[in-house]
Amino acid sequence: MTSLPQSTTRKLGLVIDLDTCVGCHACVISCKGWNTENYGAPLSDQSPYGADPSGTFLNRVHSYEVQPPEGQAQLVHFPKSCLHCEDAPCVTVCPTGASYKRVEDGIVLVNESDCIGCGLCAWACPYGAREMDQVEKVMKKCTLCVDRIYNENIPEVDRIPTCVRTCPAGARHFGDLGDPDSDVSVLVAERGGMDLMPEQGTKPVNKYLPPRPKDTLGDIDILAPFLAPIDAEPKGFLGWLDKALEKL
Amino acid sequence: MTQHQPKLDLSPKVSDEIRKTTCYMCACRCGIDVHLKDGKVAYIEGNRDHPVNSGVLCAKGSAGIMQHNAPARLRAPLKRVGPRGSGEFEEISWDEAYDIAVSWLEPIRNTNPEKLAFFTGRDQSQSFTSLWAQAFGTPNYAAHGGFCSVNMATAGIYTMGGSFWEFGQPDWDHTKLFMLFGVAEDHDSNPIKMGLGKLKKRGARVIGVNPIRTGYNAIADDWVGITPGTDGLLILSMIHCLMKAGKIDLTYLAQYTDAPVLLNCDEKSPDFGLFLRDENGKELVIDRVTGKPTAFDQPGVKPDLSATYRNKGITHRPVFHQMAEKYLSDAYTPEAVAERCGIPAARIRAIAAEIARVAFEEAIELDHPWTDFRGETHKTMTGRPVSFHAMRGISAHANGFQTCRALHVLQIILGTVEVPGGFRFKPPYPKPAKVHPKPHVGVNAGAPLNGPHLGFVHGPEDLALKDDGTPARIDKAFTWENPMSSHGLMHMVISNAHAGDPYKIDTLFMYMANMSWNSSMNSGGVMEMLTDTDENGDYVIPRIIYSDAYSSEMVAYADLILPDTTYLERHDCISLLDRPICEADAAADAIRWPVVEPDRNVKGFQSALCDLGARLDLPGFVNEDGSQKYADYADYIVNHQRRPGIGPLAGWRMGPNGLQSGRGGVNEGQLDNYIANGGFFIEHIPAGANYYKPWNRAYQDWAVKLGLYDAPQPYLFNLYVEPMRKFQIAAEGHGERQPPDHLRERIKATMSPLPIWYDADQHGNEGFPVTALTQRPMAMYHSWGGQNAWLRQLHGHNPMYLPSKLMAQHSLTDGDWARITSPHGEITVPVMEMAALNENTIWTWNAIGKRKGTWALEHDAPEATKGFLLNHLIHELLPPKGDGLRWANSDPITGQAAWFDLKVRIEKTTAPAEAKPVYPPVTSPVGTGPKELAWKVGK
Amino acid sequence: MHPAPSVIIFSTFSGLGFGLLAWLGIGLPAVTGWVAFVFYVIAYLLAVGGLIASTFHLGHPERALKAFTQWRTSWLSREGWLAVLALLVMAVHGAGLVFFDQHWWPVGLIGAALSLGAVFSTSMIYAQLKAIPRWHQKLTPVNFLSLSIAGGALLAGQVTWAIVLLLVAGAVQLATWLIGDGAFARSGTNMASATRLGTIGKVRAFEPPHTGTNYLLREFVYVIGRKHSFKLRIIAIMLMAVVPVILLLLPFHHIEALLAVLSHLAGVLAARWLFFAEAEHVVGLYYGKR
Ligand SMILES: Nc1nc2c(c(=O)[nH]1)N[C@H]1C(S)=C(S)[C@@H](COP(=O)(O)OP(=O)(O)OC[C@H]3O[C@@H](n4cnc5c(=O)[nH]c(N)nc54)[C@H](O)[C@@H]3O)O[C@H]1N2
Ligand SMILES: Nc1nc2c(c(=O)[nH]1)N[C@H]1C(S)=C(S)[C@@H](COP(=O)(O)OP(=O)(O)OC[C@H]3O[C@@H](n4cnc5c(=O)[nH]c(N)nc54)[C@H](O)[C@@H]3O)O[C@H]1N2
Ligand code: SF4
Ligand code: SF4
Ligand code: SF4
Ligand code: SF4
Ligand code: SF4
Ligand SMILES: [Mo]
Repeated sequence: MTSLPQSTTRKLGLVIDLDTCVGCHACVISCKGWNTENYGAPLSDQSPYGADPSGTFLNRVHSYEVQPPEGQAQLVHFPKSCLHCEDAPCVTVCPTGASYKRVEDGIVLVNESDCIGCGLCAWACPYGAREMDQVEKVMKKCTLCVDRIYNENIPEVDRIPTCVRTCPAGARHFGDLGDPDSDVSVLVAERGGMDLMPEQGTKPVNKYLPPRPKDTLGDIDILAPFLAPIDAEPKGFLGWLDKALEKL
Repeated sequence: MTQHQPKLDLSPKVSDEIRKTTCYMCACRCGIDVHLKDGKVAYIEGNRDHPVNSGVLCAKGSAGIMQHNAPARLRAPLKRVGPRGSGEFEEISWDEAYDIAVSWLEPIRNTNPEKLAFFTGRDQSQSFTSLWAQAFGTPNYAAHGGFCSVNMATAGIYTMGGSFWEFGQPDWDHTKLFMLFGVAEDHDSNPIKMGLGKLKKRGARVIGVNPIRTGYNAIADDWVGITPGTDGLLILSMIHCLMKAGKIDLTYLAQYTDAPVLLNCDEKSPDFGLFLRDENGKELVIDRVTGKPTAFDQPGVKPDLSATYRNKGITHRPVFHQMAEKYLSDAYTPEAVAERCGIPAARIRAIAAEIARVAFEEAIELDHPWTDFRGETHKTMTGRPVSFHAMRGISAHANGFQTCRALHVLQIILGTVEVPGGFRFKPPYPKPAKVHPKPHVGVNAGAPLNGPHLGFVHGPEDLALKDDGTPARIDKAFTWENPMSSHGLMHMVISNAHAGDPYKIDTLFMYMANMSWNSSMNSGGVMEMLTDTDENGDYVIPRIIYSDAYSSEMVAYADLILPDTTYLERHDCISLLDRPICEADAAADAIRWPVVEPDRNVKGFQSALCDLGARLDLPGFVNEDGSQKYADYADYIVNHQRRPGIGPLAGWRMGPNGLQSGRGGVNEGQLDNYIANGGFFIEHIPAGANYYKPWNRAYQDWAVKLGLYDAPQPYLFNLYVEPMRKFQIAAEGHGERQPPDHLRERIKATMSPLPIWYDADQHGNEGFPVTALTQRPMAMYHSWGGQNAWLRQLHGHNPMYLPSKLMAQHSLTDGDWARITSPHGEITVPVMEMAALNENTIWTWNAIGKRKGTWALEHDAPEATKGFLLNHLIHELLPPKGDGLRWANSDPITGQAAWFDLKVRIEKTTAPAEAKPVYPPVTSPVGTGPKELAWKVGK
Repeated sequence: MHPAPSVIIFSTFSGLGFGLLAWLGIGLPAVTGWVAFVFYVIAYLLAVGGLIASTFHLGHPERALKAFTQWRTSWLSREGWLAVLALLVMAVHGAGLVFFDQHWWPVGLIGAALSLGAVFSTSMIYAQLKAIPRWHQKLTPVNFLSLSIAGGALLAGQVTWAIVLLLVAGAVQLATWLIGDGAFARSGTNMASATRLGTIGKVRAFEPPHTGTNYLLREFVYVIGRKHSFKLRIIAIMLMAVVPVILLLLPFHHIEALLAVLSHLAGVLAARWLFFAEAEHVVGLYYGKR
């Protein structure tokens, strides 16, 4: 159903820490593995051993170089999957109702058996979070691992998205961003979590934590006392040593 | 409006069964849960209970399913039918394969066992493969450490009885300042990421020293884009600053290190530069209480760091005295090194000051009473929460050994090794160099070698030389060219065998090393050596047996292929005798087991060695009646005993009262116990024993109980490596064993017992001003990730990254092509700009380029058309100097391959049809993979 | 955006077809019988042919009926409804003309409105997409409608109207291009807002997530050279408006009329090709392709 719910009971989503992500692609492949075997059609690959390998992925890690006005350039690894927007344009454009946003948790999903593969939802998504599978010809997107997070066949600790579970650096967090007291909301508040492309008016649920300031260790003035020489002369060092050992 | 949501099955069954084993998409050895549906691998995730990864899994680990099902898997033993290098094979039976191997190996063993060179690459079963080689009787055995990171391993072991690499780790839970040198990924892949995550969570500071700012260095709070090869200088400069400011841990230095040990300081004495020892061989220190020379380990001794001691007319001074003289010199001021390192002096000072601040102002105290080896009890454990980690960025240079040593010395003077917040060993380390074996080369026809091949030398007497002074080993390990080459020199085997220098061999037997491609320097040259023929038209290297699991580049160059299984189809043993999976707080080992059976005519390589060993009648591989001793590797893992009560696996051994850990007899159900426990065994170090391990009585006793040691072995850290001085003494002309004259000066200059910095030999590098490096992509494992349908989409080709300055200088823009030339060769490759890069360094991802016809890829795969290897520019030898000698492109101390000393020049060029050099395709023994994949096992 | 032939053909032909139907609906030309039949056949061939072409672009055309369900929110769904209704209503109207020699005014007017509604909703499929700033502007529907009506006039043989409307449509087309050229910049979406890293410094895409290509790059990141697009614009505007108008201004001849129609069609096809090829999706920013 392509109308968006007025509001959702919960707002489940991801918080991604750009200060911690090392760009290892673990989340990308774990997502591919889980979603190939689970929810809907497998994520297929074309030319998997040939000239132009390409396939369906629900999560991809970009990287950006940022040049501050002063100082050294920085590099930021940048994972991106569906942001489960509150005002999801991908949902409202869908002619079939295959795209929908769940009332109970806000997860945006595609009901593959209704999808005609028109691609319009992918056009509408500013973030590139939807990809048409080339074998099944249906639209694929991050499901927020809806078939894990409530799955009673999985131990309770593991009822989280597979990308979150696998992230070695702990750069991905999952929770209810509609609850101001949840761990993720607290993290977002503390670290100044951001929306991507806020001007697009999509109101993403997923948030990004900005990298902390870098290359700040240059201010020798404050640190200088820690290196104050004990004596100007090398010989003096041994004298100091003697005295210092005396005190031990 | 009401919502019409489809009803979802929110609790689908994930799998029929979970089998827990150990990942081998890389050497990190994480625990994995393999989900099976209908007996097929459906999904792989991390094992939450596993000590290595606690549930997380990297990209490679998750892509294991694509590796396990790769079309490049070999299917049966292969016999070469076309010329070497063509890739033309016929499939044969295992019996025929064994018969061929035996027909080659038996005659050698009965006459000249050294004519077999057995090198085992990325081997994780070295305690087993070395046993086999020893039983065969050849001295020519090693794994890949020589081209990987022997500098790191040996510098650590000689200095402090353990190294970074996978044998130790920062105290992630307590450290407040973490400094990382030259690491892109490392063996401890997931643990490092998990550790960094912990630091980030706590807001601890991370400093990355690396010419390239990606990955770990991208998230570092401070990035130091150092000039490659100069880390030693930077570190010595920081040592200078810290010593000058007295920001050193005197108690620690006095108690736990050789800083107070007395050195003979009389230049005329034959023992100049050697330790003063008592009649029991114990190092002597001056006791501040008595003022007398006293053995370092005497109860109550208060070692003096500055006293001078004169005895029989010879002046002795503590090691620390010499350090002060050396490192307080103006040569090491930040101002003196800044330009060379490419780091402003103020920044060096700021880093040193921050280290000093955190180590001494933010010291921590843990409430763990403990007793040291002298019997003194301490109420608490002091921690200096500064930790360091380093890997190939500092070790894969010709000055790598000394640079790694310098880093250890820095940690030690700060008192931050084996203390809370610092660097911690993982069992079986700490283990000082002197308790390791020495190398053995005693060859006897038809009999085993007289001892283990590899080990640690302590002076010229331990070198692996024949009576005539020539190298005893084909790789020239443990010779004057590289005396402390503890891991052998796999990268020299093929070129030495080809040159017949030091002698000719008959059969080259290799396992798990892509030697005709990414693991060789000078890949093109190696391909020629492997196919070169003599005047009779016979191959110069007569026979090559190789075991691989996949259709790699090396396969085409072998005469006989023993096809291995994938890692999900075989038994493996990640043993405490070898490279286990321990943590700083626990001893742990693990297994792999066939979670699925192979569907091809392949066999685990170790099992094949059990068969082959029996067919060759090797002692240890046959029973007394001559029958085969170990049916397969699983049988060996369970039943072999290295010493009574010590086997490959430490868990669930048979004791008098049932199963026990560590020592114990054989337990036939041991593998089942492992499987039931998730594939691993872990034994935690008791509280109070888990820091200060080299000197902590509780730890030493625990280690003995577990079988890691046979007796407590406390020792002092060696700021000063005395064996190095012994080599210098020889080079100065003393002693019986003398180096050849052309090496004397180099030995004197490089084998300094206190860390020094020297530049790599730049002879022949004139006109090649830029350093070229490689980095490991986190989502690829060397060559073997490229066959993986999912991973190759991430890294299907590799541009050469150039800093903005060089891009502009050569009028290059992204996507342009450039010819990169080294003194040795040239490649033509696509370029891309990178700003966060040392301005005189270029780099690319390692081992992405593939040879056409390999890995079941199509000939026009981007790996083969745009991807490239930097290896074509590197050589195992330095450019000729005109002295008639060829010098190795290696560290003169350990023989470590100096991959990262490569110098190049850049020229813009028009885009060729394909990246150059182009090699003709090989015939694929496995065909190519399918055109489309939609891999779903469940219905 | 990738200029897929199916959508170019769809929007061009169905636009023309519905344009002609709209004219027929208001009774211009006032034809009946066989002549009306010919006009209707042309209109239906164009409109239905276009619609059929559009299904080539679907992954699952067999499920196309499902696309009628979401008319409350989806312009694509609305377009489906309006197109079908227009075709049905105009069929009734056509039957009146062809078989009964009757022009049922109310039916015709409703049909004309529905036809233009169909064109309007087609345009809104594109115009609603904020992620493609060049399309997301008021002129997009005006552009589609003006071309449809002008083309319809041309086909309907309304020479005077056609001359005026072609000039108007040409002007609208020019305006659409010119205003569209600045749309991305005006949208406020850029590297800084896409990554939110702009507060640190200047953002540049470094390594893409995959060295290979992917659906997004194929579908959304189509780069066309500025020179190339300028040339095409001239060709498009010439063929779409200038040449037909000149031909129409010449003394009337069937060949010239046919040439005017073909020229216009070719011009609109070129413009539609540009409509897609020049449109940039904001997702390109993530790939540094902009
Ligand atoms: N330019 C450059 N070159 C380098 C380096 C560098 O930094 N820069 N690094 C060097 C270092 S440190 C290393 S360790 C080497 C690594 O280089 P290699 O030792 O060649 O390692 P790999 O490419 O990982 O794989 C070796 C072979 O093992 C095979 N293999 C994989 N799995 C199995 C299995 O289960 N059984 C068997 N029998 N075979 C298997 C693979 O198919 C492959 O042919 O590269 C070195 N080369
Ligand atoms: N994903 C993945 N993991 C792997 C491997 C793999 O192929 N893929 N290979 C495994 C193997 S065999 C090994 S040996 C380890 C190696 O693990 P690493 O040591 O992390 O190996 P490299 O990727 O070669 O990284 C070397 C780093 O040193 C930097 N560097 C080069 N020269 C200098 C220098 O002079 N100074 C400083 N400070 N830095 C320098 C380079 O920029 C690079 O970042 O990784 C292991 N883990
Ligand atoms: S990120 Fe894209 S696909 Fe996901 S909800 Fe938002 S608009 Fe839809
Ligand atoms: S592709 Fe499928 S989900 Fe997307 S808009 Fe079309 S029908 Fe809806
Ligand atoms: S939440 Fe699940 S589907 Fe979404 S990116 Fe993560 S792993 Fe993929
Ligand atoms: S797994 Fe974590 S660290 Fe790795 S790329 Fe994904 S978010 Fe970043
Ligand atoms: S780091 Fe990755 S590839 Fe290596 S063992 Fe762990 S999960 Fe497997
Ligand atoms: Mo290595």
